[in-house]
Amino acid sequence: MTEPAKPIIQIQNVSKRFGKVTAVDNVSLDINAGEFFVLLGPSGCGKTTLLRMIAGFELPTEGKILIDGQDMAGIPPNKRPVNMVFQSYAVFPHMSVADNVAYGLKIAGVKGGEVRDRVAEALELVKLGGFETRMPDQMSGGQRQRVALARSLVMRPKVLLLDEPLSALDAKLRAQMQFELSDLQEKVGITFVTVTHDQDEALSMACRIGVINKGEVAQLATPSDLYEYPANRFVADFVGSVNIFEGKLILDEPDKAAVDCPGLGKVYLNHGVTGPHGADVWVALRPEKIYLHVPGAGKAVNAAAQDAPDGHNFARGKIKGMSYLGDITLFEIELETGARIRVSRPNLSRHDQEDFTWDDKVSMHWRADSPVVLLG
Amino acid sequence: MALFARAPIAPLEYSRTLWMRLWVGAVMVFLYAPLVVLMIFSFNDSKRNVVWRGFTTKYYEKALGNDQLVEALLNSLTIAALATVASLLLGAVAAVMLWRFRFPLKGAVDGTISLPIIVPEICLGVAFLMFFAAVGWPTDPVWPFNLGAITIAHITFCFPFVTMVVRSRLATFNREQEEAAKDLGASEWQVFRDVLIPHIKPALVAGALLSFTLSLDDFVITYFTSGPDTITFPVKVYSMVRFSVTPEVNAASTLLIILTVILTFVALKAQGVKAIAETH
Repeated sequence: MTEPAKPIIQIQNVSKRFGKVTAVDNVSLDINAGEFFVLLGPSGCGKTTLLRMIAGFELPTEGKILIDGQDMAGIPPNKRPVNMVFQSYAVFPHMSVADNVAYGLKIAGVKGGEVRDRVAEALELVKLGGFETRMPDQMSGGQRQRVALARSLVMRPKVLLLDEPLSALDAKLRAQMQFELSDLQEKVGITFVTVTHDQDEALSMACRIGVINKGEVAQLATPSDLYEYPANRFVADFVGSVNIFEGKLILDEPDKAAVDCPGLGKVYLNHGVTGPHGADVWVALRPEKIYLHVPGAGKAVNAAAQDAPDGHNFARGKIKGMSYLGDITLFEIELETGARIRVSRPNLSRHDQEDFTWDDKVSMHWRADSPVVLLG
Repeated sequence: MALFARAPIAPLEYSRTLWMRLWVGAVMVFLYAPLVVLMIFSFNDSKRNVVWRGFTTKYYEKALGNDQLVEALLNSLTIAALATVASLLLGAVAAVMLWRFRFPLKGAVDGTISLPIIVPEICLGVAFLMFFAAVGWPTDPVWPFNLGAITIAHITFCFPFVTMVVRSRLATFNREQEEAAKDLGASEWQVFRDVLIPHIKPALVAGALLSFTLSLDDFVITYFTSGPDTITFPVKVYSMVRFSVTPEVNAASTLLIILTVILTFVALKAQGVKAIAETH
């Protein structure tokens, strides 16, 4: 985006308590106009409650929510400039597709001719042109979701809220809908706010992701920042797959750092981490960033260091588990310390999965900028 | 050969075993033989109605020409119609209230609402007799106001059935539909009219037909609440039987059975629509 980002939704110090349970705990975040924002978190983390507060179905216990600069306190759901696509789609079963999509317009008092035009336009947008007279029970789950989308989009809301929009679809359709939703969002230019527990969905669709844990924002970042620079152990573990080792920071200078991990050995980094010397930290290392190879021919296994390129960290171990997933193979390797580490390896050729087998001794190495040092 | 070519009877195919067929047949005869005999003898050309003396439809003509019987039938239909409308409104409102709102003594209301179904009819009948006597309910206003007492009594035992049917339908309502409608701008009333009423419509149809047939058939409670000039069809038939069982009574009963069966059939059809709607 070239123009400066303008917040369309401002959530300011919002908390929501149900009796003694705090579902949302002092959350503040801005969602920019025109962006595809995803609230990501495990079930029960409060992300849906947050979405429902934006829609007006729940009222914040504390704090306020502004939509397009206007305070939403005291404004009921039917008067807010947002529309929602529900998890169950909530398509009205007794109305045809066209009547479903026209419902909001009729309530708003839009005239017949314009209703017809806008319904046709919305159905065209979600690729349901020609389905006007169908009843919902004659449609598949994916098609009903499109009806729900059209029914909301036809209202031309400032923000479209989507509650777990893809969770009820099968894997193939879900992957396809991820692209379609992104396309649709670009086409209509409406701000989308989606709630999901599925990290793939979040990474593939979002401009920005807010990771929610126990009612609080754990991190707010773009998909790649979230994955490559997680702010804490929760985010590192929740988004993607990761090996986490506890250790002590033993060296921290502007251009290098080192962490001594009892499980993994000394881990060297080629950048500083600005943590207090001797602090307890965690090293996070993604399985795909570790190179795996057969110990060099004719060399002793303990010469693994010689197999690693200059400036790489290295370790060695024994394969204790393998799972072949087609595109990659996942290895679980027991290090000499007894700790286990997960490594994934792309099957670049058809026979790659035959390179290793159970109980093989292997060498591993990874770049000095691959590990992430986490302070919390 | 064809007999031997059939597939062997599978372990759970009870409907194909001989003893089960005989048993079902026996049950059917036990249940329906009296009704079938009653219908057949409505065409019997005999006054005493004990021995078959030939086919005739003259007792149907006689029954339809019997002013008192026709008046009783008219009364019954009027009461049933009034009781149905009132039960439907009262029952549906009670069901929606119990489903949607929290209020003091909700548990007590929930428990007592089906009491008229459980209490023996004879007790209800006696209770109504004493109640209407105690309040000095007028017994001789003009038609149809003279049917007031019976209608009130019928509403009392009909509306809990409507409540039951509507509540079970409401239990399947997806609250997200209500939220979706509100999200699209609908007010509470518009949600009720556009989303909730269409959802419970099959239950309303079934409840209405249930009320209508219950009211039409009722004898015990009606017997206690009817005045000298407010005879209903079942009560009239009963008084005719006390003199003698002529084929005229059979003819009248047959007409009532046919009417009830048709209504029950329509009610089941409406519930079938509901079952289909629930599959998705």
